[in-house]
Amino acid sequence: MDHIDMNRLKQGEINLGTSIMAVQFEGGVVIGADSRTTSGSYIANRVTDKLTFLHDRIYCCRSGSAADTQAIADFGHYYLQMQTQTMGTPPTVLTAAATMEKMCYQNKDQLSAGIIVAGWDKKNGAGVYNIPLGGGLFRQPWAIGGSGSTYVYGYCDATYQEGWGKDETVKFVKNTLALAMSRDGSSGGCIRMCVITEDNVERMFIPGDELPTFWEGREVLGEATKKPLAAIAAVSDVAPMAVEV
Amino acid sequence: MATVSVYSSPGFDFSNLTRNHFLAEKGLPLPKATSTGTTIVGCVFEDGIILGADTRATEGPIVADKNCEKIHYITESIRCCGAGTAADTEFVTNLISSNMEMHALTHGRKPRVVTAMTMLKQYLFQYQGHVGAALVLGGVDSTGPNLFTIAPHGSTDKLPYVTMGSGSLAAMAVFESNWRANMSRADALQLVKDAISAGIFNDLGSGSNVDACIITANNTEMLRNVEMPNERVQKERTYLFPKGTTAWKKEDIRKLVLTEEVTPLAVEAMDTT
Repeated sequence: MDHIDMNRLKQGEINLGTSIMAVQFEGGVVIGADSRTTSGSYIANRVTDKLTFLHDRIYCCRSGSAADTQAIADFGHYYLQMQTQTMGTPPTVLTAAATMEKMCYQNKDQLSAGIIVAGWDKKNGAGVYNIPLGGGLFRQPWAIGGSGSTYVYGYCDATYQEGWGKDETVKFVKNTLALAMSRDGSSGGCIRMCVITEDNVERMFIPGDELPTFWEGREVLGEATKKPLAAIAAVSDVAPMAVEV
Repeated sequence: MATVSVYSSPGFDFSNLTRNHFLAEKGLPLPKATSTGTTIVGCVFEDGIILGADTRATEGPIVADKNCEKIHYITESIRCCGAGTAADTEFVTNLISSNMEMHALTHGRKPRVVTAMTMLKQYLFQYQGHVGAALVLGGVDSTGPNLFTIAPHGSTDKLPYVTMGSGSLAAMAVFESNWRANMSRADALQLVKDAISAGIFNDLGSGSNVDACIITANNTEMLRNVEMPNERVQKERTYLFPKGTTAWKKEDIRKLVLTEEVTPLAVEAMDTT
């Protein structure tokens, strides 16, 4: 083998085949993720929380190996606590991102982790930092990551605009993730989002049956698919499936 | 004549690693470790946690132990079910149990479930999956009931109902259809029994009996073999041959135990001058 396969996972390792996202707006950031954790073809956790606390106003979105990204986030959380105690002030998002980047770069041969660090600090305001697989560090107005992100780069490029408020940004994140989850088999479940501003961190949850929907092909697939799932479930006299003895 | 070096360097000797890789390439695989092809589960109910496990241990296709214990002691109110390599689950739970006792002694209060979870995940992460322990950790502490799964590479999940091992799919099917929030103790125990039974009957790696452990704020009850759906029945015929089936020409009965008379001589006192 003449190159390093960065996408490799150790045998039987638990994977966050993921769709994650972070977008900054005036005064804060919105971060979001799907909730699926897979081990091969089995969904090991369908309500995972991939939005991980690093500091009071700094969170990260994790993708890649669950074990690796949890270990990195745990260390990042520890490091920022120690730094707050020694400096006496809360850390900047850049400090948090640089710490995470250092770990990802220095241990790149042993890790498979794609992380987005996002948050708010007094010095620079809202910030989104992308740390892709090899351990780079890039500040971006919006960042997407994980296996599902490849399906929605075009949507993000076509949709994103500067100067959005909180509600428009939340809608953008929600729609992008729903589109990614519907195309990527390794992503799915429900959407978890966080709005991080100077004042507070607001968590949002979209259940799997309340995801935004787009074109689903009912026009071409005919009458049978037109009945919504909820209507089928509401039918009370459903007879059990006949079993031949 | 070739001389063998008398010098041996300190530390580990990795020379067998190359040899084993060579032999494996030639088609001689390494011996398999005893693995607990297993069904283990955990579930939260109204006032605590119930853990469950089957009791089969396997070595490849052989059932190595028909009634082993897979619910391990961590502390009085924290227990841990183990799947994967039997030796690894046994040693890792023993080690963390010891460290939790030390932790409790140094801090003078009951340790928390997250503490055990963190110790386990950091240990397993350090060994990068080579310590093959897949665990279900449950218990009740000052923060209330806690339930986690820990995978061999060191990733953890926190959920109200969990399953692990080769029978996890069968057991999860039971949980996904019948688990409800705030179940009663009796209902939750029945659900855990059903989940383990699904593993026992539908997964080849799991079998024999059901063990369960009910942990509440002030009591831990270990229910060993709470269900025994695979008991051996009395054989319908006996296969003993009556005396005289084989003819003999002479009979000679000897005593195989030798007895010996020992007369102790006068014992000389030890010289302590």
